Amino acid sequence: MGYLLNKQAFNEVLEKLGAAYRLYAPVRKVGEGRFTDEDVIRYDFISKLENIELAEKSDYSFKELLTPLSQTLFFFTENQTKEADMDTSDALIFLRSCDLHSVKRLDDIYLNNKFEDHFYKKIRDHVKFVLIGCPHSFDNCFCVDMGSNISEEGYLFSLDVDGDTVKVDLKDESLQSVFESVSHETADVIPEHVTANDVHVTIPDVIPNSIYKHDLWNEYSARCIDCGRCTTVCPTCTCFTMQDTYYTDNGKVGERRRVAGSCMLNGYTTVAGGGQYRRTNGERMRFKVLHKIYDHRRRFGYNMCVGCGRCDDVCPEYISFSNIINKVNKAVSEER
Amino acid sequence: MSVDMNTKKLKKNAFRVSKHRGETASRVRIPGGLINAKSMARITEIAEKYGNGSIFITNRQGIEIPGIAFEDVDAVNKELQLCIDEAGINQEEREKGFPASGTRNVVACPGSRLCPFGCYDTTAFAQKMEDQIFPNNRHFKIAFTGCSNDCAKVRMDDFGIIGMTDPQYDADRCIGCGQCVDYCKIRSVGALKMVGGKVVRDQDLCIGCGVCVAYCPTRAWTRSKEHYFRVVLLGRTGKKNPRLAEDFMKWADEETILKMVKNAYAYVEEYIDPNAYETKEHVGYIVDRTGFDEFYKWIMKDVTPNEKCEVTNRLYWGGKHYDRSNNIKPAGVNDIR
Repeated sequence: MGYLLNKQAFNEVLEKLGAAYRLYAPVRKVGEGRFTDEDVIRYDFISKLENIELAEKSDYSFKELLTPLSQTLFFFTENQTKEADMDTSDALIFLRSCDLHSVKRLDDIYLNNKFEDHFYKKIRDHVKFVLIGCPHSFDNCFCVDMGSNISEEGYLFSLDVDGDTVKVDLKDESLQSVFESVSHETADVIPEHVTANDVHVTIPDVIPNSIYKHDLWNEYSARCIDCGRCTTVCPTCTCFTMQDTYYTDNGKVGERRRVAGSCMLNGYTTVAGGGQYRRTNGERMRFKVLHKIYDHRRRFGYNMCVGCGRCDDVCPEYISFSNIINKVNKAVSEER
Repeated sequence: MSVDMNTKKLKKNAFRVSKHRGETASRVRIPGGLINAKSMARITEIAEKYGNGSIFITNRQGIEIPGIAFEDVDAVNKELQLCIDEAGINQEEREKGFPASGTRNVVACPGSRLCPFGCYDTTAFAQKMEDQIFPNNRHFKIAFTGCSNDCAKVRMDDFGIIGMTDPQYDADRCIGCGQCVDYCKIRSVGALKMVGGKVVRDQDLCIGCGVCVAYCPTRAWTRSKEHYFRVVLLGRTGKKNPRLAEDFMKWADEETILKMVKNAYAYVEEYIDPNAYETKEHVGYIVDRTGFDEFYKWIMKDVTPNEKCEVTNRLYWGGKHYDRSNNIKPAGVNDIR
């Protein structure tokens, strides 16, 4: 079921939804980019359509709402602990199809991976999604080849803005009354979606172990600066690390935090005694790439990467992830 | 007919009196060092038509077109009109060339238009300054640099403006990766440290270079909405007492700086040596004579610095004093025998 409505009517919908949900969407943060007077687009609260950045891809994904960059899990003092209070308000997250596909990855890793993650579940149980239509591909996107360009489920409704008209594909019937209170114009709405990207990848079905020793990774030991920006912006990267910190004015009290980690950062594989399983940036790149296009698939049956291209957008050394995928494919076909 | 040329007027019209008799060089002003291709093409045309086919890039980001005959000065000035218009340079009379040369070309590094570390649009600020102070025959050197790297070498100028940002920290976005701490140490002054998984900044040590912001993977560090500046005063090269500029203001804003520099011109009018050679005396040497207190009084007249701005009224310079000693001690002179 679909609706056509004007922007004001859509804002009335948002106002009504805002009473029940916290609304999160990609927002342009003016002047908060890396460089002077540059913006960054990342997730934050919104209250009206005009708050949402629809023209560009968000630099950071919605991921940080489900898996906060830094999250205090509990407080401890002597022999007691107290779980940190969490904002467990119901939330609606506006995201594009590629990101909606990544929700499945996050869920499988945190909920369906032998055990359930208590803290993830606590947030996740209160989150629902709104699909932002994608009328055209952005730079570095390869969602079509990753099969994440179309989403047919998993969202309450979709959002496309065409001139002054807002087009909505309503999936959740419980919201029918909300939309009907502001619009009488129904239509068959198919969310806008990308049908072709400029970037193409070919992922080999089977990747032999010999790829671990392949020369292709060496280049990245020299080029990659292990800054971890690629994994920070990735909507499917889920690694975290723990921080136990003791308050300085009372060393008997402290908190345990979970913060985002990254296999691309120095120290990620450091173990007691100072050993590191992956010492060079080439080895780290190999781990990341094979996880995204092979190892995750071996466990869950589908590729982890959704092809949003944010890693390519952000890399200061212009290392292209999609190009590495194709290099792996070439290397694998030559091995045969 | 023998050549009769008023070299005083020629120089004030931004032409150099060269060592080759009857020849001059046109000094093209390029505020902020940014020139458009159209003007550059015109300069090339002038060099080919009136000059000797070569173009000299000056130390202050200007251009000199050498090998111009005195009789072509008027024609060259007409042709230069395009460059003057395109750069928006203040002029008293059209088609008469540059109206002054005392206040030197305002220098700027590429700044935030190109450089990842530039803390402000150096070109725009340089052009704003140019618009306020030019034309003027007083010898002023003003330079803008985007960050504390000082690629524009503003510490060799009378007024050096160095970009700063006041880094904003969002602890909730910090993952404790430590890159800001490492890069601040390697590339800057080491004002950051990690305490309990979060970053603590030494506010006094921080020079506002923005390296932490540039390397932060999560936008835990962002730049302040306001652009701030460090102002350094009265550096110079030269025969008598070359020296680096000293810090005068920290966290100043644009308005404070524009007013302060403008005021300095009135000070020079008041105190310049009436017998100065070719009516030219560096500001710094005038200040050496009047004392800094007097200079301070003049430049800070009606200036209310922005709230965050720190200003000193005590400045001392170092440098070599060749008018006192030109000795270099031979190697071994201090060795213990």
